[in-house]
Amino acid sequence: MKKTLAQVLSERRALGRAGFVPFLVAGDPSPKATLAAARELARAGADILEIGVPFSDPVADGPVIQAAGGRSLSRGMSISRALDLVGDIVRAEGLPAIVFTYLNPVLSLGKDEFARRCARAGAAGALVVDLPAEDAAPLSRALGRRGVELVLLASPTTTDARLRLIGRLSGSIVYYVSREGVTGARADLAPGLARRLERVRRLAGKPLIVGFGVADGAQARALAPHSDGVVVGSALVAAAAKAGASRAPRAVGALARRLVRALEVAC
Amino acid sequence: MSSRDSSVGTGWFGPFGGRFVPETLIEPLRALEAAYADARRDAAFQKELARELASYVGRPTPLTYAERLSQETGLRVWLKREDLTHTGAHKINNTVGQVLLARRMGKKRVIAETGAGQHGVATAAAAARHGLPCAVYMGVEDMARQAPNVGRMRFLGASVVPVESGSRTLKDATSQALRAWSADSRDTFYVLGSALGPHPYPTMVRDFQSVIGREARAQFLREEGRLPDEVVACVGGGSNSIGIFTAFLKDPGVRLTGVEAGGLGVRTGRHAARFAGGRPGVLHGTRTYLLQDAHGQVLPTHSVSAGLDYPAVGPEHAQLRRLGRARYASATDEEALAAARALGRLEGILPALESAHALAYVLRERRRLGRGARLIVNLSGRGDKDLATLLR
Repeated sequence: MKKTLAQVLSERRALGRAGFVPFLVAGDPSPKATLAAARELARAGADILEIGVPFSDPVADGPVIQAAGGRSLSRGMSISRALDLVGDIVRAEGLPAIVFTYLNPVLSLGKDEFARRCARAGAAGALVVDLPAEDAAPLSRALGRRGVELVLLASPTTTDARLRLIGRLSGSIVYYVSREGVTGARADLAPGLARRLERVRRLAGKPLIVGFGVADGAQARALAPHSDGVVVGSALVAAAAKAGASRAPRAVGALARRLVRALEVAC
Repeated sequence: MSSRDSSVGTGWFGPFGGRFVPETLIEPLRALEAAYADARRDAAFQKELARELASYVGRPTPLTYAERLSQETGLRVWLKREDLTHTGAHKINNTVGQVLLARRMGKKRVIAETGAGQHGVATAAAAARHGLPCAVYMGVEDMARQAPNVGRMRFLGASVVPVESGSRTLKDATSQALRAWSADSRDTFYVLGSALGPHPYPTMVRDFQSVIGREARAQFLREEGRLPDEVVACVGGGSNSIGIFTAFLKDPGVRLTGVEAGGLGVRTGRHAARFAGGRPGVLHGTRTYLLQDAHGQVLPTHSVSAGLDYPAVGPEHAQLRRLGRARYASATDEEALAAARALGRLEGILPALESAHALAYVLRERRRLGRGARLIVNLSGRGDKDLATLLR
């Protein structure tokens, strides 16, 4: 029996640190590069890999991940190929993966086919960023039948009533968007975040992974005591892009190791 | 959706519409929906809106009989003159309404997306009038081809934010406006310009624009003593067309025709004819007909008119087409340019290239429409912004 994402995180917590959940864009800039980066992340101690399906109109993403998606799409990436790549990564690294996607490619594939392909890839979860909780039930069932969790988002604008709803409908964990706006590394954490996280966890009733804006070790360290897992996306994607194709895996690995150390120290 | 009993509808038009946005925007949209439902019921709000439409926008706009165009086509063609509104397009009907709502909600600034620049200018004008700072997101390609409107927005005190991502047109400007709104929804009001996007925008924009059809229907009855045979309007996002169609929905004898941008021709793939070349999908928060590839990636569009150059169509149009209540055709760039020139020559009116698509349909289909057929064409905007293209 596959572990739930909550089990993965609680086992990591038992070993003394918050979970590390790095994010990569599938095919940025090539499938080979994504595989190499995933290997570095696994070696550095990633607990769950979040893998983004690029989309032409990513309204939830800031410039770094928009550009990564553009690089990937310009070389022919599609949701179907991205799911194949998730399968390759899961087989190679043996880590649980969350597929991050926008709704339209999922609709284009068909929700049942999407669920089937997620399961075939061995993905543990799927997150559809522009599918609100109210409309998520059909996809949640399709995924659930195949043993894949739907991961729902909560945000600083989410009301208490919706936090309860999201907690009920999400799989074993909830993804908390730590601040308003789009993805992208920020220099600081949103004010009052620690207190907010306690409230969100209580109302949603599930472990939280926290992302959107975590840039460095200091932020990861600040978040670690209050969350079950810390998602880092744009900072890793930017580090890879800045290093250039041949040095990207090493740059990603170095940043990932710093982040993991920060998460350890914090507990 | 959580709002099925709200007085502003469910946000669904049959299988189209909805509210497909990231979680951060759900609450702001619900707050907007509630505020709009409240304003809609409030006589004081409606009275203020009516006063603004009369004294600032310049409503009612005339219904002009196009004498020489009618002679040339063998039809009886009436033009609904939205080009004569303040700022020169129907967009101002909606921005006045939304900016009044922004003020009522206590928002501190407004943002908008724009393609042709008409919605940006109309938002800048309404924001200036109510003392709200305004930022307009505009693709750099559109900034180049609609330069006069960039100047007008700046003159009216708005900042124009260039959008460099993606196709650098309306689609990407809309994405960027949504991102900006999600970063600061507490103090910012997003004035969306078409009958598009997540609920409640398609409903709210339709309501604010439906003044066009209410006026046109009454004016036509007064002039002709009967209803028109057909009402024709161009369809980008579809706000001028839904605005004029709505008053005629319960008149089964009135044909409603939307005209999309055929670009270089639907067969070339370089167009913005969503019904001819698209299939249902989700973009910018709404499920509707969408130009997309086999994998659900949104396709680039092409039209000579920036205001029609958008890959999705308003969800209510998708439903009207599904029900057979409205039909949708397309006109090419060449046909639209020729129609604009014909209107200048025959009636002394310089139409926006967007509106010229509706005229182009009438010129092309005049025989099929039948001799003496009575038509209203929504002349949704004036074409000063397009003069350079038209003189080329």
